[in-house]
Amino acid sequence: MEKILTKNVGKPNSQDIEVYLGGGGYKALEKALGMKPKDVIAEVKKSKLVGRGGAAFPTGLKWEFTRRESAEPKFIACNADEGEPGTFKDRVILLNDPHLLLEALIIGGYAIGASKGFIYIRGEYYREIETVEKAVEQARTKGYLGDNILGSGFSFDVQLYKGAGAYVCGEETALLESMEGNRGCPDCRPPFPAESGFLGKPTAVNNVETLCNIPAIMINGGEWYSRIGSPDSPGPKLYCLSGHVNKPGVYELPMGITLRELIENHGEGVKGEFKAALPGGVSSCLLANLDVKLDYKSVARAGSMLGSGAVIVINEDTSIIDVAKNTMEFFARESCGKCSVCREGTRRAREILTRFANGGGKAKELDLMLELGEVMYDTACCGLGQAAMNTTASAIRLFREEFEQKVRK
Amino acid sequence: MVTLTINGKQVTVLEGTSIMNAAKQVHINIPHLCYLEGLEPEYHCRVCGVEIEGEPRLAPSCVRQVSEGMKVQTNSARVRRARRMIVELLLADHYTDCPTCERNQTCELLKLAFELGVKEIRFEGEKPHYELDETSPAIIRDPNKCVLCGRCVRVCHDVQTVSVIGFVNRGLETMVSTFMENGLGNVECTNCGQCIHVCPVGAIKEKSAVDEVWAALADLEKHVVVQEAPVMRASLGEELGLPAGTLVAGKMHAALRRLGFDTVFETNFSADLTIMEEASELVKRVKEGGVLPQITSCCPGWITFMEHFYPDLIPNVSTCKSPQQMFGALSKTYYAEKAGIDPARIVSVSIMPCTAKKFETQRPEMADSGFQDVDYVLTTRELARMIKEAGIDFASLPDEPAEELMGLYSGAATIFGITGGVMEAALRTAYKLVTGKELEKIDIEPVRGLDGIKTATLNVDGLEVEVAVAHGLGNARKVLDEVRAGKSPYHFIEIMACPGGCAGGGGQPIGFDMALRGIRGQTLYAEDRQLPYRRSHDNPSIKKVYEDYLKEPLGEKSHHLLHTKYTKREVV
Ligand SMILES: Cc1cc2nc3c(=O)[nH]c(=O)nc-3n(C[C@H](O)[C@H](O)[C@H](O)COP(=O)(O)O)c2cc1C
Ligand code: SF4
Ligand code: SF4
Ligand code: SF4
Repeated sequence: MEKILTKNVGKPNSQDIEVYLGGGGYKALEKALGMKPKDVIAEVKKSKLVGRGGAAFPTGLKWEFTRRESAEPKFIACNADEGEPGTFKDRVILLNDPHLLLEALIIGGYAIGASKGFIYIRGEYYREIETVEKAVEQARTKGYLGDNILGSGFSFDVQLYKGAGAYVCGEETALLESMEGNRGCPDCRPPFPAESGFLGKPTAVNNVETLCNIPAIMINGGEWYSRIGSPDSPGPKLYCLSGHVNKPGVYELPMGITLRELIENHGEGVKGEFKAALPGGVSSCLLANLDVKLDYKSVARAGSMLGSGAVIVINEDTSIIDVAKNTMEFFARESCGKCSVCREGTRRAREILTRFANGGGKAKELDLMLELGEVMYDTACCGLGQAAMNTTASAIRLFREEFEQKVRK
Repeated sequence: MVTLTINGKQVTVLEGTSIMNAAKQVHINIPHLCYLEGLEPEYHCRVCGVEIEGEPRLAPSCVRQVSEGMKVQTNSARVRRARRMIVELLLADHYTDCPTCERNQTCELLKLAFELGVKEIRFEGEKPHYELDETSPAIIRDPNKCVLCGRCVRVCHDVQTVSVIGFVNRGLETMVSTFMENGLGNVECTNCGQCIHVCPVGAIKEKSAVDEVWAALADLEKHVVVQEAPVMRASLGEELGLPAGTLVAGKMHAALRRLGFDTVFETNFSADLTIMEEASELVKRVKEGGVLPQITSCCPGWITFMEHFYPDLIPNVSTCKSPQQMFGALSKTYYAEKAGIDPARIVSVSIMPCTAKKFETQRPEMADSGFQDVDYVLTTRELARMIKEAGIDFASLPDEPAEELMGLYSGAATIFGITGGVMEAALRTAYKLVTGKELEKIDIEPVRGLDGIKTATLNVDGLEVEVAVAHGLGNARKVLDEVRAGKSPYHFIEIMACPGGCAGGGGQPIGFDMALRGIRGQTLYAEDRQLPYRRSHDNPSIKKVYEDYLKEPLGEKSHHLLHTKYTKREVV
């Protein structure tokens, strides 16, 4: 497949605007500015692009909802917080092709009727922040940002926000709270950010990777894009392959390749014997079947979720209890602490898993954890709490004997 | 209007209604812990989740608005399972010393656990072990019992606009704390104690003086004098099992004597005295072109708030001490002299609806008698517990009067206990001071009631006197910002820190129910109507204290014993 998202990665000075322009950069913006905003949105809807940040919501619809709101001003915010363990794809674009993101963000702003965009970047991404800051300066100098862009009458500017190390601030409502200077805690939805976002105004929040599909859609049309990869959720996908594989990395592949193809053809095989994989990072359920297609629908049908595409491979030498415990340590630390069920649930699950890891589990605590997972799914306010027990619950379902061996005799 | 079904029953409610409120209309209470009427819902506790047909997860019924055709289940197996487990999780984290907890009669967590049928706590593990925050002279916070419902944060931030407590840290280290974890005593806390009222558990309470008072009562060397705030007569009974609003002035005096207090007086006496001084001050400011509007000073919660956030308005604030402190100063001077008791032997105790008064007694300037003027402050709740501890059958006690010298009072003093009361009392006397005539329409209705800000105009000898009354510090801010901007049309402003005034003080029976606070106020207005004197200047004991001791309002002795000054305090 021809690369769409990473086509410029590897070019010398790929982050420079001249190099970007040399490769046909900002042509999509020119084209979009010649279209009516609603036609831009129609094209995105036709492409069937869904969000790559985790929730897989159709991007065209999100833009339409935001555009339709009557409140002004509107905003577009790019989520570059990238905090999920095993996810390291957005940084590839931020570092190598920041103008691709800027071009996409400007098109998004034009489509929804926003004259201000934000990029919320993970605070630890020092080099990425510097690169994006430079790109913004260049784009301003060249007139791609600022007043009356390319004589179209459309004005737009971008502002950067840096995260302060909280994973939960990648959740869109917490991200907006954080931008407003508040404690980074998710809000209840509805209302969604499209209706009431930054400063209570309609705001489209889009992931870096999601946005970077837009320029190609503008140039080649939504129809073209919808034929790439899996028909249900088409397009290219940046898979972040990590764990027990010989060649971990970020791979741009058509949506819907199988787990086996990804590991064997691109990751050069498992280090050791394959045991299971997390297809969507630590918030997803374990898969033991290598033939699952890695697109949103197929992974969901297999009982897990693709999320942001962080594929973590686990070999036979690894204790599944340690895997579960590891994820729970993460969530117990990263829960924003607002919801009783998430704050207390993750900490108790962490304690139970620690006891199991040390051979001190109790048999009845296995069903207790399954029940806890269901209750957390039912009642937690945001995706963190709703999905925190996924890895653990699937570990219990798939590898119950392993847990039972660790029950205190 | 929107029509939906809740547990199969159709109900039609206004658009924008929450599911929880819609359910009330079909007589269903949805259990909850962090939601509280009067505060913005925030859905921290996750207990109020309900099932909505077609939705993958439970929805928070305190914030989720109804929509047309919605089908809600509030009592399905799935809902019950979730609620139980959440309460179970909270209990697993809770420092469950229920038998000795202040709040075991009023704890919402305990009640929920029982009502939801939580029979077992299946989660074992670490319990919290935080240090108590005992930095404040008025309020103690125990993070070990905190369920992180956020009600205190909301009442402090949204209602009182003081904002000294908030969530800090994240994950399992989340807690409610103050700036830099400095402690309540080292931030801009006004000690109003509204956080105590909204806390569903025993995580916030007053700093108790019960043991110190028992010790003083047992000490034969000591002569213990007691004063009771105006609103006590309308709320002490409630804390002792009588219907809300029962007037218990007489029984209260009887109970205090049976507890062993040597002399039972009344703060109402010094409330009348406050009016004499404050009304005189107002008349002087108006006549002599002093700084206006004059703002009342009898609420120490408001005074601390002012010193932190509005120190530029110090010249506007009346120099009168609060009735509690006027009483304290006189108890160790005037009374000591009259009774021939060495003031060093006198222990002056006050019974207050208020936590801020605990702070006030410790101000260094409150020692004009040569001693700390008031030694101990007990809240309504603390006194009620002492009465219970002593085994006194309160309901059967006879009515007894307080002792006359500093115990006789007017109806004007009694209404101090509810928002608007001080204003009304002051106007009754100021009118007389200016015109030499008595105000005929003595009930000043526009300043009564529970509206956040009330205003009135009174014609005094041709001068249209404009007044305003604000209660709750959020409301106070609105009035004060006008004063600060030089746009205030008023001559005189009453401010009380607590919503409802002292009827809703931080030491009152637990609850944030404004209607209940209003009922206490009605009791005070009822007593006012039936008292022989309804104006402070008619109180014979007041006439006597000026004749025998103080000489005249704003006189030299008054200045020394009854007036004070304020200090600008830092804001971090
Ligand atoms: C706990 C949590 C963390 C998240 N972190 C990120 C993140 O780092 N980057 C991101 O793009 N989306 C993240 N999301 C998803 C966002 O909430 C949101 O769905 C996404 O930014 C929307 O963009 P998209 O539609 O382009 O995917 C996170 C969600 C949750 C619940
Ligand atoms: S589910 Fe967890 S992380 Fe999400 S809002 Fe609730 S407490 Fe915070
Ligand atoms: S102290 Fe009380 S009111 Fe405040 S958050 Fe904790 S439990 Fe809630
Ligand atoms: S309103 Fe009354 S109870 Fe409240 S702080 Fe002021 S004096 Fe105390």
